[in-house]
Amino acid sequence: MTAQTMTERDAEARAEILARVRQATTDITDKNLESDTPIKWEYGRGIEMDDVVGTFVQKVIDYSATVVRVAPQDVPAAVVDGLKATGADASAVVPAGLDAAWVDAIRAAGIEVRVDDPALSKEVLNDTQAVVTAAACGVADTGTIVLDHLADQGRRAITLVPDRHVCVVLASQVVSDVPEAVQIVKPAVLEGHPLTWISGGSATSDIELSRVDGVHGPRQLYVVVIDDI
Amino acid sequence: MTTIPAAESSTATLAKPGGGMTVGLFITCINDVMFPQTGQAVVKILERLGCTVEFPRAQTCCGQMTTNSGYFEESIPAVKQYVKAFSGYDYVVAPSGSCTGAVRDQHPMLARETGDQGFIREVDDVSQKLYDLPEFLIDVLGVEDLGAYFPHRVTYHPSCHGRRFLKLGDKPARLLSHVKGMTLVPLPMEEQCCGFGGTFCVKNPDMSAAMAADKARHIRETDAEYVVAGDNSCLMNIGGVLSRQNSGVKAIHLAEILANTEED
Amino acid sequence: MGTELRRITEGNHGVARLTPAPDNGGTFLGMPKFQKAVKTELELSVQRKNMRNATTTIRNKRALRVSESPDWEDVREAAAEIKNRVARHLDHYLEEAEKSLTARGVHVHWARDGQEANQIVAEIAKAKGVDEVVKIKSITTQETDLNEYLEEQGIAAWETDLAELIVQLGHDRPSHIVVPAIHRNRAEVREIFLREMKNYGRPAPEDVSENPPELANAARLHLREKFLRAKVAVSGGNFVLADTGSLVIVESEGNGRMCLTLPDTLISMVGIEKILPSIDDLEVFLKLLPRSATGERMNPYNSVWSGVTEGDGPQEQHVIFMDNGRTNVLADPVGREVLRCIRCASCINTCPVYERAGGHAYGSVYPGPIGISLTPQLRGVDDPVDRAMPYACSLCGACNEVCPVKIPLTDIILHLRHRVAQAEKADRFGEDAEGTVERNLMKTAGWVLGDAKHFEAVQAATRSAGWALKGKPLGPIPVPIAERWLKYRDVQAPPTQTFRAWWKKNQKEGK
Repeated sequence: MTAQTMTERDAEARAEILARVRQATTDITDKNLESDTPIKWEYGRGIEMDDVVGTFVQKVIDYSATVVRVAPQDVPAAVVDGLKATGADASAVVPAGLDAAWVDAIRAAGIEVRVDDPALSKEVLNDTQAVVTAAACGVADTGTIVLDHLADQGRRAITLVPDRHVCVVLASQVVSDVPEAVQIVKPAVLEGHPLTWISGGSATSDIELSRVDGVHGPRQLYVVVIDDI
Repeated sequence: MTTIPAAESSTATLAKPGGGMTVGLFITCINDVMFPQTGQAVVKILERLGCTVEFPRAQTCCGQMTTNSGYFEESIPAVKQYVKAFSGYDYVVAPSGSCTGAVRDQHPMLARETGDQGFIREVDDVSQKLYDLPEFLIDVLGVEDLGAYFPHRVTYHPSCHGRRFLKLGDKPARLLSHVKGMTLVPLPMEEQCCGFGGTFCVKNPDMSAAMAADKARHIRETDAEYVVAGDNSCLMNIGGVLSRQNSGVKAIHLAEILANTEED
Repeated sequence: MGTELRRITEGNHGVARLTPAPDNGGTFLGMPKFQKAVKTELELSVQRKNMRNATTTIRNKRALRVSESPDWEDVREAAAEIKNRVARHLDHYLEEAEKSLTARGVHVHWARDGQEANQIVAEIAKAKGVDEVVKIKSITTQETDLNEYLEEQGIAAWETDLAELIVQLGHDRPSHIVVPAIHRNRAEVREIFLREMKNYGRPAPEDVSENPPELANAARLHLREKFLRAKVAVSGGNFVLADTGSLVIVESEGNGRMCLTLPDTLISMVGIEKILPSIDDLEVFLKLLPRSATGERMNPYNSVWSGVTEGDGPQEQHVIFMDNGRTNVLADPVGREVLRCIRCASCINTCPVYERAGGHAYGSVYPGPIGISLTPQLRGVDDPVDRAMPYACSLCGACNEVCPVKIPLTDIILHLRHRVAQAEKADRFGEDAEGTVERNLMKTAGWVLGDAKHFEAVQAATRSAGWALKGKPLGPIPVPIAERWLKYRDVQAPPTQTFRAWWKKNQKEGK
């Protein structure tokens, strides 16, 4: 294949598909999107909830993840506890922008810190026990953590290949429902960052529809919620 | 004015909310030929409630057999015949969720196939005046207690068209809840189709039979003497399997239970 | 470069292959139509039990999660409106999506049909010099039979979703669009893993039990080496966001993230109807899809990526916009409503016919209510298999109630039956005896039902049968059509008096 033939074929296919689409929709005469098909939905709304952070914690636990709530000054210790509780006693990868106090605490606990700067190889990630990151926001209704992969969360592979993920979320980052979360991470998307939405550890229901926790992604998720409100 | 003596049975005290009301009866073809007793029960109930029942002889069938097979053009004569029979009635009642759904949902769609604007308007009007029996009793006449008596153990199968297309909800159950002497037992997996599906049962006989067998099994699990439903087509399917199994469980139309009184 | 792949003959009908050979060549070509195919499926008692258990579980889970959602009906309505807007103005959104994707460094390709889409994938893979690709579960690539095409081209396509792995290693075909191995139980999975994994990579641990966690771990170990090694990945896409040029993949296991993150090159094959106007619309669909599909509040992982991100993930990305019949669907104002489908499978899970038939009998990668509403529109109604599809339904309507984008499935099924009937009338193709009997019957029905006199004349005949058979239920008798009913059920003899005869007599006798 040459780039040239692919371009020619694509151009021809493109023209033909668009022509087919236009031919198929000749009955639709109003070309104004809003007036032809109004959408009544109001975007970005939350849902009524008595205790947003408490609901978030409960729903993350429902996915059989571990959640602890700590005061801001106790976060470094809680991160170390999380690594040890999930069985990571030798090595952890961290993104370059992770809070220095947390990184120091991990080192002080005798766990080798592997900073993903420059980028670690896939093989090294595969041989590292755990990853520690921050997050972009939490969603109470669904028990979801959203990563927008800024400097304190790092590139996608580091939160995927190691088997344990210790994730730190601020209580002030937790919103009631998905629409608010989309609005929070939208600026990052517009800047070209990817998103990863995490709800519990990796799981499958492919055998007899019974949920098994832990397949390819991190099999253990340990969430530290900082009570900063 | 005479004083009405204290009632010996509930039927004597029954209000006559249908007083002065003329109702056209759409018997449906399957009831006409195979289940005349259901039609007789409807007449008895409506007359007991004070309605004047008329049976326009021009009526034939809702046309579902052809429509649901994809033969829309062949269904149009049935639509025309329905309009001919029932235009002029404000209320038409049928003892079938399925046929009622066919008239209300499918006739307007079929009329549009003809492109005849006058006919479309006529069908849009006439088709919407048809009620399945539970709708007419509860929504139009506002009665739930028909003074019925049926001293048996019964389970109710909510047939699909009544449940999903007419959205009957708990209307049949409300009517049954007032029947004296009757024990109504819940049917496991009641929401599942019995597998009749009109021509489905002959086009896909093995699948249809597998569905009917499961329905019959669930009915037998209830130890009911009767399975009741609002559609004789479903009951013919379910009852046919129960009979083949020598189960002893009998199929009965809702109208027949509601028509039955202590005097019978 | 390229890995040293072995060619395996064992279990592959004597042909040396890179990947396990699916039965029947993996396609649905030449299979019998639904009515006949289903006979075999109904007799598979293990499969029947597996399917009953699985569909019951998923139906209940979905119902629970939907009941928790305070604004479910509003969300459904919004989703339907958004997808309608996209379909009705698809040319606008395709051009916008193309522009946004290109701006984000993505090579956008266009494929008129499945063959063209497959060729594009193979050409890219060959240009990269690889002999294998890793795949995220994608029904779109099953629709085009991509794996078999790549096998012919000397490229191994490794399925990495657990269910797809079970299907691939089991020389099987998917039977469901969300859980393709729904027809298999744990004991069968264990046997397949033990027998097949060793031929295609890391063997299953010898002592693996039939516990799902151990089986999932065997899959993790088997696939990890493939993930770490792969240079090219192939995905589908749940959504394409036109404004930001993003693709969205909703998954559970993390195999999707592996494919989207670790290889150097990513090829995503998406149907042209998969577009959403904006990233804002994600809120609607992420509220709907997981609850509808797997009955989870949210599935474990969603990935959203907007082309190439420096230093993160594949640095070469291709998106293929594929038509393959979708514009045929769009051209039908009634049928186009199925283009709203988000492939959640809730209609499939609730369908009583699917539960008993399984997914293989339909003759399409799309089974159940969505399959019979979509496939004959994508492929047309020339083939007996496609003509049989709209009839694989009792019109019970359970699917309409659960569809998260409010597709009126039974209306569309009825509409397609009309198209089939028109086609049968128009050609001499449906010349089997059944078709002829049916057409004559329908013609007669029109005549009978169009006139009360004709109707009463026919009734007289059944009444005489009633006299002849008085009170006796009918057992099995060899009469065409009636035979099909009486094989499984009794029927009471018709009563000796019709309702209208009773009415006439009743009225005459005067009340």
